[in-house]
Amino acid sequence: MRQLLWLIPALPLAGFVILALAGRAMPRRAVAAVAVLALGLACALAVGVGVEFVAQGSATQWTSPADGQSPVPAYAWRQSLWQWVGVDGFKSDVVLRLDSLSLVFVLVITFVGAMIVLYSTGFMWGDDGYSRFFAYMNLFVAMMLTLVLAGDLLLLYLGWEGVGLCSFLLIGFWYKDPANARAARKAFIVTRLGDTAFAIGLFLLFTRLGTLDVQEVLSRAAAQWPAGSTLATAAALLLLGGAIGKSAQLPLQTWLPDAMAGPTPVSALIHAATMVTAGVYLIARMHVLYRLAPQVQLLVGIIGGATLVYAGLSALTQTDLKRALAYSTISQIGYMFLALGVGAWSAGIFHFVTHAFFKSLLFLAAGVIIQRLHEEHDIFRMGGLLRRMPLVFWTFLAGAASLAALPLVTAGYYSKDLILSEAWSSNKLLWSAGVLGAFITALYSFRLVGVIFFGQEKTAPRGRTPAVMALPLVVLAVLAVAAGFINVPPLLGGWPGLTRLLEWTLPSAGIHHDVAAEIGSSLAVALTTLAGVAVAWLVYVRKPAWSEAIVRPGLRRLVWRWWNAGWGFDWLYDRLFVRPFVGLARLNRDDFIDSFFDSVAWTSRQTHRALSLTQNGQLRWYAMVMALGAILALGVAIFI
Amino acid sequence: MILIWFILIPAAAGLLAWPVGRKSPLAARWLCLAAMVATLALGGWLWAATPDHDAAQGHWLAQFRAPWIPQWGAQINLRLDGLSLLLVLLTGLLGVMAVLCSWSEIHDRVGLFHLNLMWMLAGLMGVFLALDLFLFYFFFELMLVPLYFLIAIWGHEHRRYAAVKFFIFTQVSGLFMLAGILALYFIHGRQHGGDYTFDYVRLLGTSMSPTSAWLIMGTFFLAFAVKLPAVPVHTWLPDAHTEAPTAGSVILAGVLLKVGAYGLLRFLVPLFPAAARDFAPAAQVLGVAGILYGAIMAFAQRDLKRLVAYSSISHMGFVLLGVFSWNSLAMAGAMVVILAHGVSTGALFILAGQVQERTGTRDLDRLGGLWETAPRMGGVAMLFALASLGLPGLGNFIGEFLVLAGTFQASPVLTVVAAGGMVASAIYALWLVQRIFHGPNRESWRLGDLNAREGLMYAALVAAIVWIGLYPRAFLDTFKPAGQWLREMSGTGVGGSTGVPPVEVRSLLGTKPSVNTGETPVLPGNSEGRP
Repeated sequence: MRQLLWLIPALPLAGFVILALAGRAMPRRAVAAVAVLALGLACALAVGVGVEFVAQGSATQWTSPADGQSPVPAYAWRQSLWQWVGVDGFKSDVVLRLDSLSLVFVLVITFVGAMIVLYSTGFMWGDDGYSRFFAYMNLFVAMMLTLVLAGDLLLLYLGWEGVGLCSFLLIGFWYKDPANARAARKAFIVTRLGDTAFAIGLFLLFTRLGTLDVQEVLSRAAAQWPAGSTLATAAALLLLGGAIGKSAQLPLQTWLPDAMAGPTPVSALIHAATMVTAGVYLIARMHVLYRLAPQVQLLVGIIGGATLVYAGLSALTQTDLKRALAYSTISQIGYMFLALGVGAWSAGIFHFVTHAFFKSLLFLAAGVIIQRLHEEHDIFRMGGLLRRMPLVFWTFLAGAASLAALPLVTAGYYSKDLILSEAWSSNKLLWSAGVLGAFITALYSFRLVGVIFFGQEKTAPRGRTPAVMALPLVVLAVLAVAAGFINVPPLLGGWPGLTRLLEWTLPSAGIHHDVAAEIGSSLAVALTTLAGVAVAWLVYVRKPAWSEAIVRPGLRRLVWRWWNAGWGFDWLYDRLFVRPFVGLARLNRDDFIDSFFDSVAWTSRQTHRALSLTQNGQLRWYAMVMALGAILALGVAIFI
Repeated sequence: MILIWFILIPAAAGLLAWPVGRKSPLAARWLCLAAMVATLALGGWLWAATPDHDAAQGHWLAQFRAPWIPQWGAQINLRLDGLSLLLVLLTGLLGVMAVLCSWSEIHDRVGLFHLNLMWMLAGLMGVFLALDLFLFYFFFELMLVPLYFLIAIWGHEHRRYAAVKFFIFTQVSGLFMLAGILALYFIHGRQHGGDYTFDYVRLLGTSMSPTSAWLIMGTFFLAFAVKLPAVPVHTWLPDAHTEAPTAGSVILAGVLLKVGAYGLLRFLVPLFPAAARDFAPAAQVLGVAGILYGAIMAFAQRDLKRLVAYSSISHMGFVLLGVFSWNSLAMAGAMVVILAHGVSTGALFILAGQVQERTGTRDLDRLGGLWETAPRMGGVAMLFALASLGLPGLGNFIGEFLVLAGTFQASPVLTVVAAGGMVASAIYALWLVQRIFHGPNRESWRLGDLNAREGLMYAALVAAIVWIGLYPRAFLDTFKPAGQWLREMSGTGVGGSTGVPPVEVRSLLGTKPSVNTGETPVLPGNSEGRP
């Protein structure tokens, strides 16, 4: 199995190559088969690799001391493929590295990716670009797998840019509409701003540490840089720049709400398995660097806390189903950042896992709803779908409950609770932001459930949900509820298996077993969540008139609209950056530098013309000029 | 002996193609194609036969010497090292592409067209092989004339203007360099007791006063900066590119600009290391300015070929930046940019040519929505636009990354500013693809997708750019000994420690040579008349 590691990213890549070269000539069933098989095999392989990895790893790792400050080097598999770049003084290999952190990511990416692709074979059936779609989807997964398996930062950067590219291709999938093209461009360029910071961070790391191999970078940084040193801070900050771009955190979050221009399964893939979680992965991967730069780590937490409240409030005010879900992703990634920021490393990754299940589920369910309601995105024109689409209702409910972190029965609860109980002991302010966010999350999740599935039916759904689309919904719904049980806190009598696994690689949150505080935090989170659900139920199901009252003209409506527009970031960036750039570029379209050379040309032409005037063929004129010239020459000879 | 064939084969094919083309244009095309394939194969054979480099072997892989004008100390002195070899390979590859992309575009005076094309290629081969400065200058000028005719005869709407502009820019700057070469020649000759020579290797390490070094370096820099082109002497390029026929654009962007880069690497820094070191910050600033200015200007263009032309200026900024960082990373990076840009921009110009051939326009405002009618073309355009914006896995990324990583060691601030080019290049590259292939098909274009010939061309170029992107070692290893040698040469030449008193340029212009211990050189028709 160890030797087959390279096949995990190579299988989807092969799927991409086949579909890109021959997809147009293949029948749809064959296209679907290639796409699903590539990811399904990758997933099966990942499971096989994972089982063997954990089995072998626990033999060595389980013996590590239980004090949490594991001195045993992390158990990992390494597979070197070829030397990529080799210049005097710079070497970078194409090398894969599997440790418990990347294993968790690989499993989630391949599994959720396979589910989404399976669903898409039904969802995209009638689309013209069928093979193109699956080619891009396979490439997307391949790039994300490269990213998480990379043992070298340059290779990680390849995956990093690759997912950016695929998001561009898929957001702009329906290319005929310029609005989609604009959204795609925006996604690529905004994330590239972050990527540029990331690249500069790589230059810094390489120049100072002499390598880009992830483990070497981490160990040399720990050995050479004291905690809080300027270099560590700068490097951590630059990598953070990349992370916030990809993970759509403040202030580079503006691309994600627009990214819903692509087909809905694309949103599921971007939001759950690939792309936006890359930033979380990067920070967790480089955790040593962030521990060396405590201010930056705190900044990660602050960005997370601010983003989760910001995006939660925006999600609350959306009327477009996919946009609401997009803002909810930004908000949930904010939780992950908050977790990384307070040092709850494995809790953040745990939340990534549960989020991958419930968010992909929500998007896939939304895709069914939108497709069956004739491309209707506005939740206020849905309504009453409970009876018409019971399967979608129950699965959506499972996803929404998990998103809202309904206590004890959903996966989302366990991960969010773990984050917040660890945040409690390290930063009360961030904890409060998280609890406030929990309330908002519950509110907007059940606002969606209430408005879409209850009340009056406004648009009649057509058709049925095909089995290939229903199956992923059911599987993901089960996981959205049950995935939390892989990591039940000891306090509830469970066994935190995922945390133990992740602590092979990531630092443990430390021993602060203040049981009273933990219980207090958990109770607060649970009660806030329930309060949020209750308010949503009251406002959007029992008393719909109240929800209309909120948006009555006045200050409240202005605030509502402001939140709805993503707090005006787009407006601001448009005026600060986009318009000046475009304006200046267009203003200078004809290249002002050329006018200098044109003026040289003009001068010589004019001189030529002036001189040719003297050649007018009149003898008298020539004689006079000759005489004048002679006088002048004599004058010069005599007087000078 | 093998080296002379790189020049003779294209030159002979061109001469033959001219009369043949009158009878049968197709025969002329096949003849030139065969000649270029043979040249490329010859280069490939030389590359494959390259032994593993030992320190003892030296870095020269092949050489050819023949007397030319012995009185002046000018020889036919061809030498090939890793640097030249890679450029010869690039010239061969793009030469094949240039012949192929003219297949259905050029119908007027086919024989004459191929004569010009082949002679331009022969001149370029000569430039990359000649290590006699006089011979270098000879080829440097030789390649201009055919390109002038290519633009002026087979070009588009404003071809005369563009051709004249191109010619004046390169010619004037080239004359400065000629003056510089002669100055260097005389300084060396007087210093070494009348050893008047144009031999590059012997001219290395010529000691001269800083002022002279600055002046002569300035003339070289001017010539190469115009060729490269560097901002602010770049304005001939958009016009020349826009008006040139496709083959002209391909060779212009793919190879001819590289003459500037090659000149900087081969001649400017090793011949004037001290002056180059002092000048480096200014040159790097010019490079960064080029990166950003070219990228922003590219975004603003309406004309497809103009857009690609400005993107070339941006990429060449990376070369300028890398050359003047002059460490192993940045130089290797510059080398990779040279190759990758040749392939990717060559492909984009071929694409522009095909779009124009099919639609009759290059106006981005009129194009749009071509994906539905020519998806393969769109896919290729996407790929090379991505190469252009520096996507990892494709060639340009390796080059730009190495250049920036190398520059970072010397000047982090400049690197950060230059990295802004990564964002700007994304803007114009995506804009390019979306304007042509995405959006509504406003003018209802119905185009044929790629035919077999075009598909084959792109297949070769895609293979090349992916090869450079995923396995650049093949190229880096070839370049490594040459780069090392260049760095050594420029390291020992600093400060004029040869024990010979420096010679001033002023003394050459003035009345009496200050240092001339040996006999006066025999310069026919010149020795008496010199001041």
